[in-house]
Amino acid sequence: MEHGSFTDNSAATFSLTDEDHTIANAVRFTLNQDPRVTFCGYSIPHPSEARVNIRVQTTGDPAREVLKDACQNLMLMCRHVRSTFDKAVEDFRASNAVKAMKIDSQDSSGDDSEESE
Amino acid sequence: MAEGVGEEKKKFSIWDLPDVPMGQLPPHLELQRSRVSCNKDAPIHTESIQYSGAYASMGIDNSSRLDRFSNNFRVEVVQLNKDDMEFDMIGIDAAIANSFRGILIAELPTMAIEKVLIANNTSIIQDEVLAHRLGLVPIRVDPRLFEYLSENDQPNEKNTIVFKLHVQCKRGSPRITVKLDALKWLPNGSELVKETRNATSDSSSKPETYTYFGCSQEIIPEFVKNPIIPKYPDIIIAKLGPGQEIELEAHAVKGIGKTHAKWSPVATAWYRMLPELRIDCNCCIIGTYRR
Repeated sequence: MEHGSFTDNSAATFSLTDEDHTIANAVRFTLNQDPRVTFCGYSIPHPSEARVNIRVQTTGDPAREVLKDACQNLMLMCRHVRSTFDKAVEDFRASNAVKAMKIDSQDSSGDDSEESE
Repeated sequence: MAEGVGEEKKKFSIWDLPDVPMGQLPPHLELQRSRVSCNKDAPIHTESIQYSGAYASMGIDNSSRLDRFSNNFRVEVVQLNKDDMEFDMIGIDAAIANSFRGILIAELPTMAIEKVLIANNTSIIQDEVLAHRLGLVPIRVDPRLFEYLSENDQPNEKNTIVFKLHVQCKRGSPRITVKLDALKWLPNGSELVKETRNATSDSSSKPETYTYFGCSQEIIPEFVKNPIIPKYPDIIIAKLGPGQEIELEAHAVKGIGKTHAKWSPVATAWYRMLPELRIDCNCCIIGTYRR
């Protein structure tokens, strides 16, 4: 729900239900990074009720477009984090497998040298 | 005992800053923007300067565009075991890292026992305590293979896992400890029969049970390779004295940690900022080696 933007659509308060700090803080972070934003913040009106109010004030652009762009940026950022993470885990597993093989070969070569002597 | 070389530490003075903005923050502001300093009494600069126009008066753009983020972001895995994992994320803000932590704890689905149908319980463990303990048991199954069970759905093979527990301690035998390996998986669904009031219903049809399994869960190839069992078969559920018996059926469904902590897939998840030690040139370094 969008409040407060009837007269001036560059400043609005968005009320999201069933949300908490998890998404609100992340969206607030990406909103802040946008140069069109003059002010943004979030509040939780009551801790027992799962509702978040996100306030956005921009330099002229409609607030809901800026919010949509910020959410899109957040999605792209998370996608990038996920792909980087997957790659890092694969590399770690591969390098561990290589290390395990190297240790095995070192042990076997050590045994050979002992036997020859 | 090593002593620092006796040279004067270069003191930074703001009169040395150039008049024209150089496109980079002066060192003391860069320290304030990018590091949390731990002073003697409390850490300072803990709030991260996220506002894109924070340094606009100096002509420096604090906004982080996606391409800059993508170039600078790195993940380094420190350790990866079957049950735990530690990794470093470099180039990400604490807000997003905290959101990941919150999602890990509260919003990843798992399977956990929700309904416990108790047919017989003559042990000293109360029904509800037994049901609570069963709910907290971790089950070794991939939750992505199942669907959520909502109130209007009937429990079927796509959204329920059925377990059975039937233990008895005979009179004259010593006390027994009921561990989780006594919990058996029933791939064909519930075996407890619902009581139907209608006596005239045809007796040739299968009696109605508490779940409506269309087919057995055993035929799914994933479960042929890894049958569904609790993850740790040596967890103690109850203890029985002579003459006591427990007979129950437990239904496990998919859920998320927000509803109840038993559905949280992690024991815990936490993050901290990477510490950076800066040693002042002038101080004496007295060190002992720790092996």
